[in-house]
Amino acid sequence: MNTDNTILMNTDLKHVVIVSGKGGTGKTTLAAGFTKLAENVVVADCDVDAADLHLVLQPELTQSYPYQGGKKAVIDLAACTECSLCIDHCRFEAIHYFVVDSLACEGCGFCYHICPENAVRMEEVTSGYYHENVFSGGELVDAVLEPGEGNSGKLVVEVKKRAKIIAEQKMHNWLLIDGPPGIGCPVNASLAGVDAAIVITEPTVSGLHDLERIVQLLQRFRMPAKIVINKYDINPQMTARIHQYALERNMEIAGTIPFDENVDQALLNGKSIVEYPDSPAAKEISKIWQKVFQTN
Amino acid sequence: MDIVIASGKGGTGKTTVATSMALSVPNSVYLDCDVEEPNGHLFLQPDIEKKETVYRSVPEVNCQLCTYCGECARLCEYNALVVLKSQILVFKKMCHSCGVCSYFCPEKAIYEIDEPIGSCRQGVVKPEYIEFVGGSLAIGEMSAVPLIAHVKGHSKRHKVNIIDAPPGTACAMVEAVRDADYCLLVTEPTPFGLHDLKLAVNVLGIIGVPFGVVINKVKDEINLIRDYCNSNEIEICMEIPFDRRLAEAYSKGIPTVKIYPQMRERFRDLIIKIEKSINTISYTAGDVSQKKVRESKEIIRD
Repeated sequence: MNTDNTILMNTDLKHVVIVSGKGGTGKTTLAAGFTKLAENVVVADCDVDAADLHLVLQPELTQSYPYQGGKKAVIDLAACTECSLCIDHCRFEAIHYFVVDSLACEGCGFCYHICPENAVRMEEVTSGYYHENVFSGGELVDAVLEPGEGNSGKLVVEVKKRAKIIAEQKMHNWLLIDGPPGIGCPVNASLAGVDAAIVITEPTVSGLHDLERIVQLLQRFRMPAKIVINKYDINPQMTARIHQYALERNMEIAGTIPFDENVDQALLNGKSIVEYPDSPAAKEISKIWQKVFQTN
Repeated sequence: MDIVIASGKGGTGKTTVATSMALSVPNSVYLDCDVEEPNGHLFLQPDIEKKETVYRSVPEVNCQLCTYCGECARLCEYNALVVLKSQILVFKKMCHSCGVCSYFCPEKAIYEIDEPIGSCRQGVVKPEYIEFVGGSLAIGEMSAVPLIAHVKGHSKRHKVNIIDAPPGTACAMVEAVRDADYCLLVTEPTPFGLHDLKLAVNVLGIIGVPFGVVINKVKDEINLIRDYCNSNEIEICMEIPFDRRLAEAYSKGIPTVKIYPQMRERFRDLIIKIEKSINTISYTAGDVSQKKVRESKEIIRD
């Protein structure tokens, strides 16, 4: 890295993450909307299992890095005497007929250490790639995880690191993170070191249930969070329950986005919903944007 | 028979399809393996009969025996152990429960203790008398994989096991899908749906589980998922039209087949069809697995 850039580094960079618990509630739609509204921004797509933001932003790849997620065992069958020690001790049931199932292998090295014939070797594997991209409104850092690979949390860390460096070089005040669904390892990795969260949910029993779980996780991180209800008009009673839930926890509802056919239509055209500024959903996303980012 | 309902993208309708399938045949077991965000119980409303805590093993050090030689930290691939001069730190969140540290400790100073990672509930859905098994990962716990394995352990050999998988294509999804007889990939006709379907298809190709596609929320006769499936010879098992009534029912936790009882038949037919296709495959199952082993051996020799 150029040393001139390090001198200019912005030390007050704020990380804002969009999470949801439940999948398919509109994380990427909201992230793409914010990105377009921001005009000049760095975004990290941390849903490394299924990164979709590039489909809307249509960026150009500038730099690709391989990601070494860990090691996998390989058994040299010529040296193997089939003593079965490796099979007996593997906790992941990853060895069948003295062949390692690389999808099940977690690279712990038990077989490598226990093999009396030194027939096992541990190989570094490329578990994925992370990419730097540019698009008309800024930079996108995203990743592709090799099918079935574990350690996606570590890849999330790499994506965030890269995005942070770019955002600091560009003197941005904040960095936007599109998070993964769930509450497990990649979500925890996405939340680490982040300043604020936007939780997007939908007014369904599943949406509320999963909202409660992600909010519990956010509380562990002591992270301030605002809630966005997507497709709020699908079930007004459930929307009211989410409002009630937020009230009880002293959380702010940053906005309620109506169900809008234009969202899918925009997506089919490879565009963000905010590029249809007259659509009801775009209007609400702009309002949320003002509320969350312009006041900070 | 184990049928897994999976998808690359979240929110496409896995739980909708899985609960509807379970409700459409009399001898089914519904297993909720989306342990990070389990929702099946909201739709099936089972009477819970048993709740167990699920554990995994993590190391514990007997400081009286430990000589702080550092061997465990050196062998641990996950940096879960840090050995200082007269102290040893165990980072349970980093631990993968592989057992290397305790086994190879020269002083036998490390033993394993149970660490709770979540819960598994079992119950019955009435009046259909469907068996319900659902895992729920504890908040703050990292890895869903051991809990998914535990939930899957409750599948019944002679019943139709419907496994509701987590979204994505990473280790949790693989754990849910692996060893299944068939996988249904639920998707929606949007570019996100298509993109993530392709990722899921890649994974299934590697795992080697036969699969078909369910297109949910279909609006038009022509859609991009169908084009993709047709040109890649992927079977489309079912299409569910977009229907605001279904979306509203979903929001209230009402299963699809309770709104449209006639859909039970479609789901039942789908299960029968899958069963038939599995049976034709199983004729050669022995050969297939042998062949797979041979193939992988050849790859290694190369």
